[in-house]
Amino acid sequence: MHKVIIPIGPQHPMLKEPESFSVTLSGEKIMKFSARLGYNHRGIEKACEERTYVQDVYLTERICGICSHSHSTCFVQAVEEIAKLEVPKRALYIRTLVAELERIHSHLLWLGVAGHEVGFDTLLMYSWRDREIVMDILASLTGNRVNYGLNAIGGVRRDVSAEQIKDVLKAVDALEERTKYYIQIATQETTLINRLSGVGILSPKDAIKLGAVGPTARASGVDRDVRRDDPYAAYADLKFKVITDDHNDVYGRTLVRMGELIESYSMIRQLAKKMPEGPIAVKAPRKIPAGEATSRYEAPRGEDVHYVRSNGTDKPDRVKVRAPTLANIQTVAKMLEDRQLADLPIVIAAIDPCFSCTDRVTMVREADKRSKKLMEWEELHSYSIHWYKHHGIDFSDLNKKMRKKLG
Amino acid sequence: MLIFPGLAFLMIFGWAAEYIDRKLNARLQNRIGPPWFQPVADFIKLISKEDIIPEEANPSMFRAMPVFALSATVTAIMYIPLWGTEALYSFKGDLIVVLYLLTIPTLTYFLGGWYSTSLYSKIGAVRALTQLFAYEVPLLMSILAPALLADTWSLSRMAVFYNTHPWYWLFNLIGFAISIIALLGKLEKVPFDIPEAETEIVAGTFTEYSGRLLGLFRLSIDIEVIVGSALLAAVFLPFGLSLPPALGFLLFVVKVLSIVVILALARTVFARLRIDQMMVFCWKYVSPFAFLQIAINLVLKGILIR
Repeated sequence: MHKVIIPIGPQHPMLKEPESFSVTLSGEKIMKFSARLGYNHRGIEKACEERTYVQDVYLTERICGICSHSHSTCFVQAVEEIAKLEVPKRALYIRTLVAELERIHSHLLWLGVAGHEVGFDTLLMYSWRDREIVMDILASLTGNRVNYGLNAIGGVRRDVSAEQIKDVLKAVDALEERTKYYIQIATQETTLINRLSGVGILSPKDAIKLGAVGPTARASGVDRDVRRDDPYAAYADLKFKVITDDHNDVYGRTLVRMGELIESYSMIRQLAKKMPEGPIAVKAPRKIPAGEATSRYEAPRGEDVHYVRSNGTDKPDRVKVRAPTLANIQTVAKMLEDRQLADLPIVIAAIDPCFSCTDRVTMVREADKRSKKLMEWEELHSYSIHWYKHHGIDFSDLNKKMRKKLG
Repeated sequence: MLIFPGLAFLMIFGWAAEYIDRKLNARLQNRIGPPWFQPVADFIKLISKEDIIPEEANPSMFRAMPVFALSATVTAIMYIPLWGTEALYSFKGDLIVVLYLLTIPTLTYFLGGWYSTSLYSKIGAVRALTQLFAYEVPLLMSILAPALLADTWSLSRMAVFYNTHPWYWLFNLIGFAISIIALLGKLEKVPFDIPEAETEIVAGTFTEYSGRLLGLFRLSIDIEVIVGSALLAAVFLPFGLSLPPALGFLLFVVKVLSIVVILALARTVFARLRIDQMMVFCWKYVSPFAFLQIAINLVLKGILIR
């Protein structure tokens, strides 16, 4: 077969969210891969500036459907730093508890998705069934399966009772047993190992150069974890290992995520044991004093960074979100070098992408002028037609036919 | 259906097998699975829908391919002895004809995918053809081995031979395992569902197919499952052939369904292989075992049959 460019997305069964990739193929081999973000842009950063801090907590929670607690905690931490609030210990513990439960649900979800991408639907069905255990626990702790609405500036909104802790521990025991079973599958099932090992190689050097974060970086032997390097919430009080792996491939990423699950279980047990008594929140002022802060958070997918600048009113001056997928998406093109089309879904899935967190507006600056260029609607329309033509997709014939049919 | 009552039987049996396959797969995956009438309902839904043919596609080829696939699979069953030792028709060398007829559906997937001009279909089509080269040789060799032992290339004569030598089919168990693997490839089921890998190329060959044409393709796949399993049952499980017709028919159904169950199990416990891994697997591991089976049968023929 001669060279073909196939579009993967914006609508494609591989993708759980709309995003556009175009792959140049020669036979089965990938010659060129390019990603085009921007199909999911929701303007949350700008929307944050128009709302009060209290509203923004809920808005940042909706940046991501899976790591919603990560984003709201990250935002709240930045605001608390600006306002110099002393958050009660118990609130930090509850935040950490939900954060680790969220990591469990995210990693189990990833395992299922990875299974589906390599055509192993049984793994998808099993891991998603077991994920229901942690979803139920999250629902009983916070009232919601996702978008927990737990965080508030200065603490948390809901306390955790002793019975709930008991339920959590029971669930963790059940999950640990299941996770050990999945580790056994991942390390013993031949067809699965064949599809995972040696695929999507990212050398430690490239991982650092391309700025990979989270499990993607740790599977390439980069020993980085915000929870240990820059402890926030209750992580300073917890004992845990940072799981790294030197396989540098998708198989390594699977092992890292499974290992992190086991660590999360032990962290939750420690949290339950050490949970201090006391208030769960301090009163936060409505107006936050002027200042700026950056907050880092180890989301299930990697390091999440929020930057908040305040101007002394009840609305932030600027909120900037760097979701982990934005850091990891750069590595995909590297991982796909000289691979086959069949590896594309699992390699993209292996960074655990969350495209809606990642999409940002791109401002085009003209080289000679320093001004930003704004496009009118007509201009944007003709630009899009030109862009698709350039990528080998031509709608102009179709449009003519449509016009003829419509009369 | 009025012309050939066998078609009605094949359709019903095919749907039943699809239901068993889907239900078993679902239960093994901890799902509830479809109700018993789901395959029929799917078929009725598809044939009552509009056919959409892409503007760029070659309409006559696009329309003809599903019909070819269906007619080839239905024709193949006529030469396979189902219960008893007699097929509907038989002649010297009908084994080869059946294998060729069972290859035609794969070729129609290729041509249908190629002429629908969608990129996903084209890649799926090329993959279907590449895969054909991987499994066809082991399948042919593993089925030839029992024929060698029986010293005939006619399926009905083979049935007669194994009926008079009741336990000789046990010599062909390696061949049976190989042909199950090859059948998985032929039917494009996990771990060999490479030509229609959903997460890579949408639906492969069938991406552009819809309505009646897709319905016919789906039906021909269902029937191919039955015909393929019936062929394997006739070649590798030729016991109980002199039972009275009602019991013999029941035994035939049990044999075919047990092969369907094995296929469903395989598709539950494996991940999809890559096309290069499949080629390596079929040529490096499966084909040598097929050769081994042929060698064993040649030796046995020298010892047992004079």
